Amino acid sequence: MAELADFRTPIKPVWCPGCGNFGILAALRGGLADSGLEPHQFMIVSGIGCHGAVIQYINVNGFHSIHGRTLPVATGIRLANHELKVIAISGDGDGYGIGMGHFIHAMRRNLDITYIVHNNKMYSLTTGQTSPTSDKGFSTKSTPFGSIEIAVNPLTLALSSGASFIARGFAGDPPHLRKLITEAITHKGFSLIDVLQPCVTFNKVNTNDFYKERVYKLEDEGYEPVDKAAAYERAVEWNSRVPIGVIYKEDRPTYEDEVVTIQDMPLVKRPVEGVDITRTMEQFM
Amino acid sequence: MEFSWMIGGEAGFGIMASGLTMSKAFARGGLHVFDTVEYPSLIRGGHNSYQVRVSDREVFSHTGYIDLLVALNKETVHLHKDEMAPTGCIVFNGKEDPEDRFDVHADICLFPIPLSEIVQNLGVKSIMQNTAALGATFGLIGYDLTILEELLTEIFQRKGEKIIQSNIKVARAGYDFVMENHPGGTGIIIKPTDNHRRLVINGNEAVGLGALSAGLRFYSAYPMTPASGLLHFLAAEEQNHNLVVKHTEDELAAILMAIGASHAGVRAMTASSGGGFALMTEALGMAAMTETPLVVMVAQRPGPSTGLATRSEQGDLRFVMHASQGDFLRVVMAPGDVSECYWAAGRAFNLAEKYQIPVLIITDKYLTESHKTVEPFEPVTVDRGLLLNLEEMDAVSNYKRYELTESGISPRVMPGHPNIIFDANSNEHNEYGHDLDNPDNRTIMMDKRMNKIESIVKELEEPVIYGPPGADVTLVGWGSTKGPILEAMLLMTENNISVNFLQIIFIHPFPAEKVSDILKSSKFTIGVENNKEAQLGGVIRERTGIELNKKILKYNGRPFTPEEIANRVMEVMIHG
Repeated sequence: MAELADFRTPIKPVWCPGCGNFGILAALRGGLADSGLEPHQFMIVSGIGCHGAVIQYINVNGFHSIHGRTLPVATGIRLANHELKVIAISGDGDGYGIGMGHFIHAMRRNLDITYIVHNNKMYSLTTGQTSPTSDKGFSTKSTPFGSIEIAVNPLTLALSSGASFIARGFAGDPPHLRKLITEAITHKGFSLIDVLQPCVTFNKVNTNDFYKERVYKLEDEGYEPVDKAAAYERAVEWNSRVPIGVIYKEDRPTYEDEVVTIQDMPLVKRPVEGVDITRTMEQFM
Repeated sequence: MEFSWMIGGEAGFGIMASGLTMSKAFARGGLHVFDTVEYPSLIRGGHNSYQVRVSDREVFSHTGYIDLLVALNKETVHLHKDEMAPTGCIVFNGKEDPEDRFDVHADICLFPIPLSEIVQNLGVKSIMQNTAALGATFGLIGYDLTILEELLTEIFQRKGEKIIQSNIKVARAGYDFVMENHPGGTGIIIKPTDNHRRLVINGNEAVGLGALSAGLRFYSAYPMTPASGLLHFLAAEEQNHNLVVKHTEDELAAILMAIGASHAGVRAMTASSGGGFALMTEALGMAAMTETPLVVMVAQRPGPSTGLATRSEQGDLRFVMHASQGDFLRVVMAPGDVSECYWAAGRAFNLAEKYQIPVLIITDKYLTESHKTVEPFEPVTVDRGLLLNLEEMDAVSNYKRYELTESGISPRVMPGHPNIIFDANSNEHNEYGHDLDNPDNRTIMMDKRMNKIESIVKELEEPVIYGPPGADVTLVGWGSTKGPILEAMLLMTENNISVNFLQIIFIHPFPAEKVSDILKSSKFTIGVENNKEAQLGGVIRERTGIELNKKILKYNGRPFTPEEIANRVMEVMIHG
């Protein structure tokens, strides 16, 4: 069985010292190791943003794609070979901004993909602009007089779009996030983990201390993530208390379960040579 | 024998179905057919027309004249009367000649047939007038009605015996009416020649068949005319051939899913028209940078923007050649007829996998939606290039996805093997796929990806010359103008003009040396293109330094007719 060390690579991360990405990386490696699968069974698709380089720091198959487009790439991989455990990783600008359309449709489909979003509530690799999850009034280089839009709430959005596993993690609590990641990987269906991630360089509001003062664990309060209405209540909670943990979970058939042509074997295992089109041609006669 | 039949009427009258039935009926009699359809971007109303050209020799295009026009409404007569052959005939819904004779030329014969009355008397839906018109056509040209009955039986098989019988009844009633009231018919008699069965197929379907034969497993697309036909064909074949066909949320997702599937190891494809392809361009570059094989069909229609959604043009060549940021290698191929569409699809998958690059098949509305009779296709030979098999993967150690090789091609694997864990990367990267932005690595990697061009150029087919070498006029074209040009050549030869035709299928990389040789030895060169700016002409000038002597261009959203090309060439020859 694979151990934590098997998921490490010798490459040194390029992130800023103290970046929340380090906590997510540690939790991710641990979560993968705890899932009981081997490194070669995973495929991680990352996007553009600080998180994007993550594929190089984890010893599993990786595809560094483009801005906002991790989910359709992950979907193609998953449909071609559903024996691969596919994990898509995005940032908030990436996944909830430019990739918002794909996000909603991926959840409707309930493909068995784990989606982890590094949510630092701003664009950081482009040196600090407002993001879809920035709060109204948030002042940045692109919104010097404060953002006028209200923030997207990924959790309520996921609840209404059909994700079958919805959780929030915190980069400052890697052991807790690690458990969430293992649970998401093990869950059959689309799993969203929105991760609160302090950006130590640009975000002076949603800092590590900001979150440490507010986050509480849903499981500590005996919360059961089975009721959608209750999940909505927790999902909108964003004041002196901010919940982390599994918000909602349901068992429903995955997209893969309903695609007839991949029931016997993954597409990659079907022969390419010698396809007979004789009968298909008859319809044109 | 040559005959051109057209049916026209409002969208919703069943024009398309009638036209295709007619094409198939002629093909079943061993005859050769080319058909084409014109329709506005409307579901109901607006004018639709479907022309079927039939001959006892192979035909390559539609014509600019009509021998028999079936007009399901009065508008059809007004819109098409100027296209009538000098002694052509018009079938219209009515009892007798209208007084104004639709203001058509006196030599045109009119056949009033009470189509609406026929269906009313039989107690069937008025939509079935088109079937009565088909029966009438069979009567007017003396064609074997049992062929139509056989086709109607097949077409309505799924709808049950009752529907089949009522369709046959309507067709017979149209036929019988003609026999009783117009026994002399049109004077044109069309007889089946033999039972030789050919396919009646359009460009979309031919690309689809080629892709299936090449082992296509994943097709993702967003509907857009005129590429939608490929989506519909493959979706219907999904279970017969064990594919996944995904109608995605948008064209971005379509190309990205295809790239993901291809990366996982299957043959994957997407298609759209120019507007959808515009959305795909970012991902096209990602396929190039990650060296993921990818096949994309771009079925052109007139732009810019939504342009003319259901018409034809060749205005996207430059766009397809240059789409997406950065310098990267791609193959752009432009098949000119349905056989070449089939072959292009097979060839595209082999090239995409051998060179791990995007391969673009550029077609257009005229090519993708017009049917032509062809012999059944031979199977595609599959070449997956340096894709390692299981035993080879077992033996690999220290796998480098982007290993530097002399050819620039690195061995490729399917992810999931315990021996091989690797990264693909859309950022500039080293041999392992890890980010590396130092200047030396950038140069090395750019060269690696671009160096493949040398091997590609060696294996690409040379451009083709049709007609006699050393002819007085060399026509130069690409894509769907092939058919009208071939037909125009016949007309010009009849007029003692010595002409040949240079068809360029692989437009990128451009076969500069061969084209240059041909053009330098040509006496007078004329580019024929369905666009405003002679885009191929520009490519030729750029790659060979040769300016074509003249250009014949058409950009009104309609394809060339052979007559039009022949006349314009003759004009150029006379007036310069």
